[in-house]
Amino acid sequence: MKINKRKINQIIGINLLRFFLLCTLLFIIIFLYIIFSKGGKVISWEFLTQSPRKFMTEGGIFPAIVGTFWLTILSIAIAFPFGIFTAIYMTNYAKSNLFLKIVRISVNTLAGTPSIIYGLFGLTVFVRFFGMDVSMLAGSLTLAILVLPVIINNTEEAIRNVPADFIKASLALGATQKQTILRVIIPTALPAILTGTIISIGRVAGETAPILFTAATFYTRKLPQSVMDEVMALPYQIYALLTEGAHPEKQIPIAYGTAVVLLSFVLIVSGIAILIRYKMRRNRKW
Amino acid sequence: MVNKHIQTNDFNLWFGNKHILHNISIPVYDKKITALIGPSGCGKSTLLRSFNRMNDLIPETKIKGKVMLFDDDIYKPKIDVTKIRAQVGMVFQRPNPFPKSIYKNVAYGLEIRGEKKSHIDEAVERSLRSAWLWNEVKDRLNDSAFSLSGGQQQRLCIARALANDPKIILLDEPTSALDPQSTAKIEELCIELRDKVTILIVTHNIAQAGRISDYTAFMYLGEIIEFGETKKVFTVPKKKQTEAYLNGVFG
Repeated sequence: MKINKRKINQIIGINLLRFFLLCTLLFIIIFLYIIFSKGGKVISWEFLTQSPRKFMTEGGIFPAIVGTFWLTILSIAIAFPFGIFTAIYMTNYAKSNLFLKIVRISVNTLAGTPSIIYGLFGLTVFVRFFGMDVSMLAGSLTLAILVLPVIINNTEEAIRNVPADFIKASLALGATQKQTILRVIIPTALPAILTGTIISIGRVAGETAPILFTAATFYTRKLPQSVMDEVMALPYQIYALLTEGAHPEKQIPIAYGTAVVLLSFVLIVSGIAILIRYKMRRNRKW
Repeated sequence: MVNKHIQTNDFNLWFGNKHILHNISIPVYDKKITALIGPSGCGKSTLLRSFNRMNDLIPETKIKGKVMLFDDDIYKPKIDVTKIRAQVGMVFQRPNPFPKSIYKNVAYGLEIRGEKKSHIDEAVERSLRSAWLWNEVKDRLNDSAFSLSGGQQQRLCIARALANDPKIILLDEPTSALDPQSTAKIEELCIELRDKVTILIVTHNIAQAGRISDYTAFMYLGEIIEFGETKKVFTVPKKKQTEAYLNGVFG
């Protein structure tokens, strides 16, 4: 009797877990189905490669793809060195004192700050104070600040995961701390650092609020000529198509189409990160 | 007459408020094998790490007294610690090759000092030969060091230390993570290397100390209880504690 009762409990428990898993799966499937079924229809070669016409009611989204591409590349290019160097300093040189604690709390607070606040900050500092106006540069800098804590935290963790044995071996051979960082710590941590950075690319590409006031424009037929130009961007375009303009019946399908493009981009980037991580786990033997 | 390679004079060490090593005064003789034995936590590994200043990595380490490496006090102010470490090889408890190729592992110490490629090639071969690894790896020097077995990895670590051309090698329980055959090979290797370098080995394995060492220091609670020729320490120990430890009464 007792065993039976235990068995029944186990069956109920496992099926309950299964149920929640299926719910999650179902939710993802419905989510992808709705986006792709509504947006898939408008996807065509022209949609991806042409400029919009007639105030976003016809034509393609090429400028927005280009805009998001450059915003992402620039912001990561700005944030990456800052993030890496900060993390190296924090893990290898900083003594664990009050200053380091404050830095760490600040980084974590930044990581949890709503993105619209970054947008406001960018507007005040980059657009107004530094006079960059609404531009790709102002938007990239804002996005860079948004993603900086993510890169710092990720790099710090990657560096902390480097086995202490490697570091000791290097120092015992007469290497300086700098040599140990450059020749042992960074190469060992690099795959994890890169994976984290690639994942943050997906995050940056999808952010709307930070570029709302700093970089994005609703409608332009031109491609950006310099970093001082305002640009169209995929996430902002979805927002704008649904809230502005006079022809929602023509705009909504384009919004879904844009969503498909953005989602595919993020999925591909995550896929690359997963691939790198998979290869890295397979190769590492410590 | 044997030369002293290392001589400590009333050497004391603290981690924070913990007094780990008490008035250590022992010699390490040149081109001999000296074994440091004693129960866990007696400070033997800490003493070993004092000889290449690896204890510096632990914050709040304080020392008093002297460690003379030939005529140099390695704790004198303004000394270049990296130079000390380059002259004093170290092999750790668990084989810890870098996640690099076999060649790069051995070349590491020379590359960081910017040696010429031809000189490095030569040193890599010489060191791998000295560590009895050359024949096993000569055709795959560019393979990852992790493709080697545990015993081979440990010999690679010995080769890596030898590449710096040290006069002394510190071995911190080098066989405790290895199988008996690999252990035997490392022991034979130590005896072979004795002609070229001084060896100081920390071991939990009393039989190992008896097999390979010329001198033995028995430590207990951070003090050297007894130091002498291995034959004498093992057959006619002067102190009761040494005798008890060797007979397995405590450990």
